[in-house]
Amino acid sequence: MPIAKVNGVDVEFENGMTVLQVAELAGEEIPRFCYHERLSIAGNCRMCLVEVKPGPPKPQASCALPAAEGQEIITNSPMVKKAREGVMEFLLINHPLDCPICDQGGECDLQDQSIGYGRDATRYDENKRAVEEKYMGPLIKTVMTRCIQCTRCVRFITEVAGVSEIGLISRGEDVEITTYLDSAVMSELSANVIDLCPVGALTSKPYAFNARPWELTKTESVDVMDALGSAIRIDARGPAVLRVLPRTNDAVNEEWISDKTRYACDGLSRQRLDRPMIRVKGKLQPASWSEAFALVAARIMAAKLERIGAIAGDLQDAESMKATLDLFRSLGVANLDCRQDGVKLGAGPRESWLFNSTLAGIDEADALMIIGANPRLEAPVLNARIRRRWLSGKLLVGVIGERADLGYDYNYLGAGPDAIGQFVKQGAISKQKPAFLIGQGALGRDDGAAVLKLIGEAAKALGVVREGWNGWNVLHTAAARVGGLDMGFIPGQDGLCARDMTAKGALDVLFLLGVDELDLGKTDAFVVYLGTHGDAGAHRADVILPGADYTEKPGLYVNTEGRVQRGERAVFPKGEAKEDWTILRALSEHLGAKLPYDTLDQLRGKLFADHPTFGQIDFAPGSIPAALDLAKLGAKGKVGDAPFASPIKAFHLTNPIARASVTMAECAALTAGLKHAAE
Amino acid sequence: MFQRIRQAIRGAALMDFIGAFGLGMKYMIRPKATVLYPNERGPQSPRFRGEHALRRYPNGEERCIACKLCEAICPAQAITIEAEPRDDGSRRTTRYDIDMVKCIYCGLCQEACPVDAIVEGPNTEFAVETREELYYDKARLLDNGDRWERQIARNLELDAPYR
Repeated sequence: MPIAKVNGVDVEFENGMTVLQVAELAGEEIPRFCYHERLSIAGNCRMCLVEVKPGPPKPQASCALPAAEGQEIITNSPMVKKAREGVMEFLLINHPLDCPICDQGGECDLQDQSIGYGRDATRYDENKRAVEEKYMGPLIKTVMTRCIQCTRCVRFITEVAGVSEIGLISRGEDVEITTYLDSAVMSELSANVIDLCPVGALTSKPYAFNARPWELTKTESVDVMDALGSAIRIDARGPAVLRVLPRTNDAVNEEWISDKTRYACDGLSRQRLDRPMIRVKGKLQPASWSEAFALVAARIMAAKLERIGAIAGDLQDAESMKATLDLFRSLGVANLDCRQDGVKLGAGPRESWLFNSTLAGIDEADALMIIGANPRLEAPVLNARIRRRWLSGKLLVGVIGERADLGYDYNYLGAGPDAIGQFVKQGAISKQKPAFLIGQGALGRDDGAAVLKLIGEAAKALGVVREGWNGWNVLHTAAARVGGLDMGFIPGQDGLCARDMTAKGALDVLFLLGVDELDLGKTDAFVVYLGTHGDAGAHRADVILPGADYTEKPGLYVNTEGRVQRGERAVFPKGEAKEDWTILRALSEHLGAKLPYDTLDQLRGKLFADHPTFGQIDFAPGSIPAALDLAKLGAKGKVGDAPFASPIKAFHLTNPIARASVTMAECAALTAGLKHAAE
Repeated sequence: MFQRIRQAIRGAALMDFIGAFGLGMKYMIRPKATVLYPNERGPQSPRFRGEHALRRYPNGEERCIACKLCEAICPAQAITIEAEPRDDGSRRTTRYDIDMVKCIYCGLCQEACPVDAIVEGPNTEFAVETREELYYDKARLLDNGDRWERQIARNLELDAPYR
C-alpha cells in the first residue's frame, strides 16, 4: 500500500483515497461542508484546504485531490489556517446572523467551525444577499438565505433517493437551491437532507422551534416502522418523544432513515390508550387493572381451549410475543399466529423466511429479481441500496408484480405467478450472485403456499442458492414478523391461522397483541386488546389493556435479515399503561398459570434458552446455503393468476403509530392528491 | 512599668469617656447615613439585578425569540421555556416561566440574551405571601417589562458605554 506523510507522520493508505481521507486516517480532523462520505465529491465549499507537496505552492481542496505515494500533507500550518479563515469569512459574508432563531443552533457545522476559523467581527459593510424561501413539502422547512450552496441536498436527492426534485439554479450571486416548480419533495427518504444540511437552510418542519439539542435526552434504539430495523436515536424531552434521528449502522441503514421512521413520532402521543377499559353495554368504560384482569381471566377460564386464540401484531418486541406465547401454550392453546397478513411462511428452516444475502449483500449481488414487492414503499432504505448497486452498473434488476417507479430501470417480466414460470423457461442465468427479493405481496395471498413453492423451484432452477452465496431474500414489512416466526408463534396442531380466527363463530376469546391490520368486523368472540393506540383493534375490543410502544420499553427486534437488535426505553409508558410483558405476567397469575419470570432479564434468559438465535445480538446469519432446500418450500396447490400486489397501499399509514400522526396524515393526503392529479 | 503608670493616669482623667463622648457629638451633627426606607431610598447602580422582566420593542412586539440561551445558561435552572411557531411563522415562546425561588439573581440570563428581552430590572419590592406567587409566568414577566420599561431602558443606556 502506498504511504504518505501527514504532518510528518507516515500513513499507509489504499489506492484511490483522497487527501482528506488519508488525513483522517492519520487522526487529523479536516473541516468540511460539502464533502460527505456517502455522496459524490463536489469540492465547492473549499473549507477543507490543506498544503500538499509536491504540487503548486497554494492550498488545495483535500476532498477532491487524490492522495499519492510519497505525498507530504500538511494540515496545521499557518498558511492552511489563514486559507481556511479566508474561506470562512467568505461563507459568512452572506450568512445571516440569526443563530438565536435558527433550529440548527447547537448542532450546526458552520457554528462549530466558525469557532475555529471565524473572525470576531465582520469586515463586510455592503448589503447581505437575501433568498426567497422555497416550498419543499410538509417535512422540510427552508430558510434559503442561510444556504451556503454545499449542494449536499441536491446530491443526496439525485444520487441516493433517485429523484431529481432538488436542484441548484443560476450562477454566482444569484445561485439558489430550489425544487424548480415549488413542488413538494416526494421521495420517501427526503427528510435525510435535513441531517445532511450543514447549516440551518433545511430544517425539520414538524419539529420547528420545538426544542434545542442540549435539552433532549438521547436514546439509541431500533426502528419498527419497517422490517429493516434501522438504527435510530430517539430524542425526548420530559415525557414526549420530540424527534427521531438516524444512527449509523453500515450493515442496515448506513445513515439514512425513511420519512415514516423520522416523523411518525408525533403519533406516539396521540390516540393513546392510557388506562384499562372494559366494554359495558356496548361502550368502553375506564376500569382498574384488577377488574380488567379478573374479567379476562374469567372469560378465558370459561372458554374451551380450542375456542381461544391469540394473534401478535406487527410492532411487537420479542419479549412481549414470548410472554404471550408462553402464557397461551402453557394453557394448551393451539390457535396462535403472528401473521396478520396471512403470509405462508413459518414452516421449514429459518433461512426460508430470512433476507439471506443480508442487506449489505445487495452490494455484491449482480442480478435481482423482485417478486411481489415494492421495495421503495416497503423498505425505502433498502431501495436506496439497490439503486446504488444498480448505479454502479453491476446489477441487473427484474420485476414481477406491480409496475412502479422504483428509482432505477428494470426489466418488467409480468404481473402474476405465470411470469415466474416463463422466466424460468428462459434458462439459467449467467450471473455469479443472483438474488430473489420476495415480497409479502406474493406470499400473503390465499394461494401463497403454492406461490412459495413455485418461487422456491424457480430459485433452485436458477441457482439462487449456491456455494458461498444465498440469494433467497424475503422482504418482510412487519418489524415483529421474523421474531415471531423465529420463536414459532404460528398455529400449533390443528390450530387456526389469523384469518380463520377472526371468522364468524370461530372463537370465544380472542387475544390481540397490538393487532390493528386485521379485519375484525366479523368475529363475535370476546376480544382482549393489548396495545398502544386507539386503532382498529381497540375499536373492536371488549377489554383494553394499555401497553407500551417501541420508545417506551426495552425490547429485542429481529429484522428481515434475522439480525437481533436491542431497542431501549426513551420515555415511560403513558398514564396507567405498563410494559407489555409485565401485563402478561400479571394476567398469568389471574389465570393460575404463572409465567416463570419476574424480571426482564429472566424473560430474556428464557427466550435465549428456548430460541438460541435471539441470543446473538446484532448478528445476521447471512449465507448458509446447505441449510436451505428451496424445492421443499411451500405446499402443492393451484396457483391463481391474479397479479401480485404490494401490501402497502399508502406508505405513510401502515401502522397505528403512523395513522395517529398528524405529519403522516399530511404526507399521505399530499401523496394521494398527487396520485389523483396524475390520473 | 512605665506603661502601667500611663494607663492609670489616663483612666483617672476619664480620657476614654471624653473621646467617646466627642465621637458621639461629632456624629450627632453629621448628615444621617440611614434613610426612612419606604419614603426615602438609597442610590442604585444601573447594573442592579432585581426582579426579572420581559421587554417589548417600541411597537409592542415582544422581544423574546425563544432561543433558549437563558434557559441553557441559568445555573439554578430556574427558567423553563417552551416554544412553537406563531401564526405568522415567527419563533415565539408559548411558555416562559421563572421560578423566582430558585433564582440566584446572578444576571447570566440577561448577559446571554441576544435581544435584551429578559432583563433584571431595578425592582426589589416583590415580596409575596405564598410561594406560588413567586412562580412567574410569561404574562407576569411581560407585565413587569411594561411597568418598568422606562427605568430599564435608562439603565441599559447608562451602562452601554461600559459594554
